[in-house]
Amino acid sequence: MVLGKYSDIMTVKTTDKTLQKYSQDGGIASALLIHALETGVIEGAIVAMPTDEPWNPEPYVATTPEEIVAAAGTKYVLCPLNNALKIAARENGLDKIGMVGMHCLTYAVRKMQLYPFGARHLPNKMALLIGIFCTENFSYTGIKAIVEELHKVNIEHVQKMDVSKGKMIVTSNMGERVEVPVKLTHNYVQPGCYICPDLTARTADISTGSIGSPDGWSTVMPRTKVGKDLFQSAVDMGLFETKPIDPGKTGMEMLTKLAQNKWDRSEKTRAERAEIGLPNPF
Amino acid sequence: MSPFWKREKKSDAENIAEMQTASPPAAEAKTDAAPPEITVKPAEAEAEVKEMAAAKPKVLTAVMSGCTGCLISLTDNYDILLDLLDAIDYRYETTLADVRQIPDDQMDIAIVHGSICLQDKRQVDDIRKIRQNSTFLVAMGGCAGSGCVTRFSVGGQSATPSHESFVPVANLVKVDFALPGCPTGPEVIANTILAAVGADLEYLKPLAELAGFACGCDLLTKIIGNGLCIGCGTCAMACPTRAIDMAYGRPHVNQELCIKCGACYAQCPRSFEPTFEMIEKRVMGVE
Repeated sequence: MVLGKYSDIMTVKTTDKTLQKYSQDGGIASALLIHALETGVIEGAIVAMPTDEPWNPEPYVATTPEEIVAAAGTKYVLCPLNNALKIAARENGLDKIGMVGMHCLTYAVRKMQLYPFGARHLPNKMALLIGIFCTENFSYTGIKAIVEELHKVNIEHVQKMDVSKGKMIVTSNMGERVEVPVKLTHNYVQPGCYICPDLTARTADISTGSIGSPDGWSTVMPRTKVGKDLFQSAVDMGLFETKPIDPGKTGMEMLTKLAQNKWDRSEKTRAERAEIGLPNPF
Repeated sequence: MSPFWKREKKSDAENIAEMQTASPPAAEAKTDAAPPEITVKPAEAEAEVKEMAAAKPKVLTAVMSGCTGCLISLTDNYDILLDLLDAIDYRYETTLADVRQIPDDQMDIAIVHGSICLQDKRQVDDIRKIRQNSTFLVAMGGCAGSGCVTRFSVGGQSATPSHESFVPVANLVKVDFALPGCPTGPEVIANTILAAVGADLEYLKPLAELAGFACGCDLLTKIIGNGLCIGCGTCAMACPTRAIDMAYGRPHVNQELCIKCGACYAQCPRSFEPTFEMIEKRVMGVE
């Protein structure tokens, strides 16, 4: 099962006008975090907050809806969010921590919960993990090179980045829109991504991402009881507009296909590594 | 067996019965060893199970050269500490229980914390005796597992200037399972003891690979050096001395601060990978 275990899958967007403006697609992650914060499911969340250096976000412990909105939108760059777990628990004194992250981050948190060698009293403080679909990620220098060499846009002028239908789209703050085939960016992918088997963050409480849904909407997959309950209560309060996922070519079929591709890429890379004597994670 | 923080409080008998029934069959645990041949008849086996439930596993914790911080970490299991101690027959412990002689009978689980001083004859004799007399030997914490901060000793200190070589337990005897970290987390100690009690090899298997020399540079040699790093920051989170800074998505280890406890490498999601099934069942609670 390449999509992992999930209780439901649907196409969703937020009804909040502010979030629609600042978010990447359906505004799911931000809306869920704010809802969790307001209903007391979490006391704060670890998010990728923009810094003075454009498109080089840093982990940040957000404890107010305003801070969560400020961190909305996808950044196609590495951000060591897990580094902030201890800061959230110790310096901010949070007992119920939320986090948004791709498979690598949520999986690392789950491993930490199972084997907390250096994470004293953290396992039971993880209250909510929101997973983000991810095919691969870039280092800061990588994304800077992509935007400046391929799109010919100064990274300081980038308003929004997006990946859709095999194109990497950069919108500048002058309103200019430049598209480049995703294939060209593959030279800049971080090497560790090639052995990652999972697209849909199967170890999260609830996963979301644009793949499988039309523009302005997101695919949502509640997985655990925490994820299910939170999403249901948000829907009941009218925070989300939902519709069934399109089973066809641009919907479920595409999501399954891309997830299968990533799974196969991982298997292939691991086999190739073993062949030349490189160790794989045991 | 679910992680302890998800478990409801139960009586001893229920706990032990659960641990014994929850242990996976040898074939499923994917160990290299062939599954043991079943020679006992069902009736005998049932009687044996009953007998085992009546007899708690015998456990000792022995301190070598260390600060006993990992023992304090064990006691920091607060809510479940008494349950944990109830599930085992605690035979030897110099700090928590005033027992001075390492028992001569066979132990089921020996937990050692602290590194071994080669010039201390008592420690060398003790660790050999403990190894000989126990089924599982667990190196609890950085000192026992990798030497940790005692690795920096060069001798010449008072009152025992000749004590200069402090080595991981694995340098002298075989270590079955190591728990890195300084101190190692209370929860992982509890999980390991319960897993060892229940012969839960699925949980214990990766711990077998973690004994021996460790250092922050493991991240460079074994993770980044093998093209495995994904810049998640978990290593920096795990570091007890904040020796690791994350810059542009990669760990930078300050060697002046690194105490060689091994927590960063063990906590890295790319050092060993628990299976998705294990995470779904034990942490996420989805079947």
